[in-house]
Amino acid sequence: MQTPAPFEYERATSVEGAMASLQRLGSEARIIAGGHSLLPMMKLRLAQPEHLIDINDLIELSYIRQVENEIRIGALTRHVELLKSELLARHFPLFADAEQVIADPVVRNRGTIGGSLCQADAAEDLSAVCSAVKAKVVIRSADGERVVAMDEFHIGPYMTAVGDGEMLTEIRLPLRAGGGSAHEKVERRAGDWAIAAASAAIWIDGGTIADVGLALSAVGPTTVQVARAEELLRGTSPSEELFAQAGQIASEDCSPSADGRGPVDYKRHLAGVLAGRALRRATTRALRGEA
Amino acid sequence: MATLENLPSPSQERPIGFGRLKRKEDARFIRGQGTYLDDIRLPGMVHGAVLRSPYAHAKILSIDTSAALAHPGVAAVVTAKDLETLGLAWMPTISYDTQAVLAGDKVRFQGQEVAFVIATDEYTARDALALIDVEYEPLPAVVNARKALDPDAPLIRDDKDGQLDNLASPTWEAGDEVATDRAFAEADTIVTRDIIYPRCHPAPLETCGMIADFNPETGQLDIYNGNQAPNVHRTVYAHVAGLAEHMIRIRTGDIGGGFGNKVPVYPGYVCAIAGSIVAGVPVKWIEDRSENLMSTGFARDYVMHADMCAKDGKITGLRVDVIADHGAFDSTAQPTKFPAGFFHICCGSYDLQASHVKVKAVYTNKAPGGVAYRCSFRITEAVYLVERMVNALALEMGVDQIDLRMRSFIAPEQFPYETTTGWTYDSGNYAETMKVAMDIAGYEDLRREQAEKRQRGELMGIGVSFFTEGVGAGPRKHMDILGMSMNDGADLRVHPSGRAVVSISAQTQGQGHETTFAQIVAEELGIPPESIEVRHGDTDRTPYGLGTYGSRSTPVSGAAVAVVSRKVRDKARLIAATMLETRPEDLAWEKGRWYVKGDPEQGAMIEQIAAYAYSGEPMPEGLEGGLDGQVIYDPPNLTYPYGAYIAVVDIDPDTAQVTVRRFIAVDDCGVRINPMIVDGQIHGGLAEGVGIALMELISFDEEGNCLNSSFMDYLIPTALECPDFELGETVTPCPHHPLGAKGVGESPNVGSPPAIVNAVIDALHQTHGVDHIDMPCNPARVWAAMQGRPEPPQ
Amino acid sequence: MQVTININGREVTRETEPRQLLVHFIRETPGLTGTHWGCDTSNCGACVVLMDGQPIKSCTTLAAMCEGHEIRTVEALEVDGQLDPVQQGFHELHALHCGFCTPGMLMTSRALLDENPDPTDHEIRTAISGAICRCTGYKNIVAAVRWAAEHEAATRQEI
Repeated sequence: MQTPAPFEYERATSVEGAMASLQRLGSEARIIAGGHSLLPMMKLRLAQPEHLIDINDLIELSYIRQVENEIRIGALTRHVELLKSELLARHFPLFADAEQVIADPVVRNRGTIGGSLCQADAAEDLSAVCSAVKAKVVIRSADGERVVAMDEFHIGPYMTAVGDGEMLTEIRLPLRAGGGSAHEKVERRAGDWAIAAASAAIWIDGGTIADVGLALSAVGPTTVQVARAEELLRGTSPSEELFAQAGQIASEDCSPSADGRGPVDYKRHLAGVLAGRALRRATTRALRGEA
Repeated sequence: MATLENLPSPSQERPIGFGRLKRKEDARFIRGQGTYLDDIRLPGMVHGAVLRSPYAHAKILSIDTSAALAHPGVAAVVTAKDLETLGLAWMPTISYDTQAVLAGDKVRFQGQEVAFVIATDEYTARDALALIDVEYEPLPAVVNARKALDPDAPLIRDDKDGQLDNLASPTWEAGDEVATDRAFAEADTIVTRDIIYPRCHPAPLETCGMIADFNPETGQLDIYNGNQAPNVHRTVYAHVAGLAEHMIRIRTGDIGGGFGNKVPVYPGYVCAIAGSIVAGVPVKWIEDRSENLMSTGFARDYVMHADMCAKDGKITGLRVDVIADHGAFDSTAQPTKFPAGFFHICCGSYDLQASHVKVKAVYTNKAPGGVAYRCSFRITEAVYLVERMVNALALEMGVDQIDLRMRSFIAPEQFPYETTTGWTYDSGNYAETMKVAMDIAGYEDLRREQAEKRQRGELMGIGVSFFTEGVGAGPRKHMDILGMSMNDGADLRVHPSGRAVVSISAQTQGQGHETTFAQIVAEELGIPPESIEVRHGDTDRTPYGLGTYGSRSTPVSGAAVAVVSRKVRDKARLIAATMLETRPEDLAWEKGRWYVKGDPEQGAMIEQIAAYAYSGEPMPEGLEGGLDGQVIYDPPNLTYPYGAYIAVVDIDPDTAQVTVRRFIAVDDCGVRINPMIVDGQIHGGLAEGVGIALMELISFDEEGNCLNSSFMDYLIPTALECPDFELGETVTPCPHHPLGAKGVGESPNVGSPPAIVNAVIDALHQTHGVDHIDMPCNPARVWAAMQGRPEPPQ
Repeated sequence: MQVTININGREVTRETEPRQLLVHFIRETPGLTGTHWGCDTSNCGACVVLMDGQPIKSCTTLAAMCEGHEIRTVEALEVDGQLDPVQQGFHELHALHCGFCTPGMLMTSRALLDENPDPTDHEIRTAISGAICRCTGYKNIVAAVRWAAEHEAATRQEI
């Protein structure tokens, strides 16, 4: 079978230790957590890091908890925990929507949210989820930590704002009243990457859309935040007509490329359909008080 | 759903003979104690890895192996030059073509073998691959079979003397062209379709590989290699490597699935053998998944143009013109006299006035193959074509797809039936089987449900296929592979204790031979199956025969076992007569015992007869001691299993995702030896059919890059895409098989894709005007069809 | 580097490269070739073992990452000559043909029943959706896991 090229391995015993190693080793070092993105790339020898820093022992980075008006998720939190979290189900049910269709249950036992976001694959679901709910991420280094909004986190395909010597440690989801959210995905087969996916979060205040987030997976070089649709919806009353318009905008504002999953026109079409569906379901949940 | 209550009772569970006997081989597999190739470690064994071409078509200017050779742990790097000195640079294919073992002059498909590294371990061997420096000069690639014969197409096989174009084999014909033209002239309805059966891959879960262990002292070559035809492979290696056939021993061990992929001899095998000869130690080579998908035997890739006609509401004629894409080397699997395999069975289950089939094969810069992926030599393509055409004809005529079939079926009294392309179908009652399927499906209710859903804007389709297969190749007067008749041997020895060993030349890859073949002996001799060992997968301990593919195990090898069992039973009768001091003709048989007619108390059990046969007691005049026998079975004809399949699909009107909600399969494979195993075979083939219809595809870009080279892109259905298959059966015994049995393993793969595609079209015809779509029916392709522009797969 | 992993209750220590995959570490332990591999991209599930009770894909895990954890393989399912109900169920319901996916399917199913003793057919299909079986069409695997669930329930009732 395919095997990775040689590398040095160390197991981090603390976040500080991991960051010290990252700083010492520079760009030749990679963090490994679940390994389900990195190891297949290494087996194909598309990635050949010289050092791997294993952070699986840093259980202090594995949590989902509410701190004041935020939900905070540790970077090492695994997909299965996101799927089963009652706290997330209550406030952000789109996580469970997405987690049911990310890879397969066995992979979900290992893969982490930090790994998913840092892989920065535009087809990955959690990036759209985090973008829709206006998440912020915490990036730490030996010098301290900084908080970055999702729309500044992915700076290009497979590229993030995490620099040498830094690591993603936490994802923060601001809690607001009247929220609802949903994630919709079409895939070629269970466990496949999305042909297209849409994440929507909506906050309704007295029948008016106070705020909305809409993001798309797999239809651009990076996650696509559909700002124009968000602007259209903000301050309006939710309606089928508006959702159809928002879907139309999603179709127009994405920039998919043709591949084995489908041609550009189909992906644009799906982006519109799924954006509409996600907005509709998110709104239903918001109005039912399901979050 | 199985519950404790509805499990078979103990007597049903332990039949002495036919019945739902639980499998003997399970004991090791459920404990993780199977012995697959990678589980075998020999002392001193080293590991091989293959360097493959990144280009589909390119000249090799130079190969520099020095850095790889200098890498610690590397024992040798073999290239075409080294093989030339051993006379192993090229090898014959099973279609009398030649294939480069390692490319020397140029590479002809992406993934072709260029160099072979031998190192202390697999990790090191793979490290060294990156250190081999090959200089290529890329050439334009031929990817589209329809363009392979264009005058300006680059010549792929310039290694072959006199080869001036990309024609792999000249046009081959079957049927009667003049009579077919007449049928079309007289017809009242004609439909025409261009239909592609795209390239797909058997992709068994265990990839291909070999351990070669050449002993320079003795000249003995021991081979461990999970292949479907070990005796044939041995003969090929003897020819290729110039080794004495009797000094080669092939052991298959347990095989993690084959489905046709493990029929051919691959370059990696020859490399492993050459490596062991060069290095003097055992060499293990096992391909990874990408190598399996990119270089080993693909299936299908038939580009078909067809016309079908009807007169007075009945199908009357079929005309087919095929371009077969064989890739860079013609290693398609088929009996010698059938360059398009059994494709000309495409006249199907219908009593036609005439038909005519033309097939020509071309070379392209794609991986070689054309193996029968759970298929009897291109019957899958044939059934797909005819069942799609019948569907198209029904749409054109505005009649129900089942009604048209019912009116056109070969009638029961017409069997044995000579088809318009020369097959002699053995037995069948097609209408009855179709009715059973309709009953299970609730066909009328489904049509009502469909109409209601249509009112609500929901898309639901009901698709039908009815197939007839010809399996169990084959009669030696008609069929051979590489000059070897397609017969199978069986040796049966009943030991003095009454326990027996039956040795067969069929080769299980999961079909349960250790159970089924013991049941055949048990049925014939009355020895409990647990007292019968089935020996297979070792050329030193089994008789010659052609192996397992094309659903031929039960039709040929199973018949051999039945015949040899009867031979032993006949010998037992002579011995029993001596034991009972009577004449053989005065004895009657009941399962396990010869007894005196008119005096049933007087008799001898088979165990007693066996003990007597090896004892010091006198044998009958002229009869040798012992209780054993051997046969080589030459089947008088193929067996012709058939079946009626109905698929029910739902299609999301917005996203175009297809869900197979129900699948009903009613198979008639004659007498069922182990109905549990038969059902299991059908389930498995149906899942593959779901895969082929919806997602399995090997495709290429214009440069010839393979776009489906891992399980991330070669999609195989999971438990979530497969419905809870609903099976039914009818039993029409095979008149010429000693047990009345027909083959079945491949029927579900053959019959299910057209049912699913027909269902997709049925869902979309009224609302979207779709009257054709090529596989795979993945969301993007179905959506394109819904927009009125169905596209052929790339 | 030296790696020690508890495999089936036994500490196995070996000098190995950091890049060695868990599946290879397990398979190089005498007698433990029941864990297979079938792809390189963690799609097929032939390599599934339990890590601290959770099914994982051992082809996409470094052996070094497993030091200090408990790995359980198919060889540990049978205890004192007593088959695990999932093993028995697979045999009773003909849920295996070639046997190559079977160890991964068994371990995945075992973990499912440990967490959910009475799964629906759909829950079973979801649980095994990360594993490919090329032979059975899954129908009998689903039935076998149900059989094991009911058998375990019956056994619990007897106790």
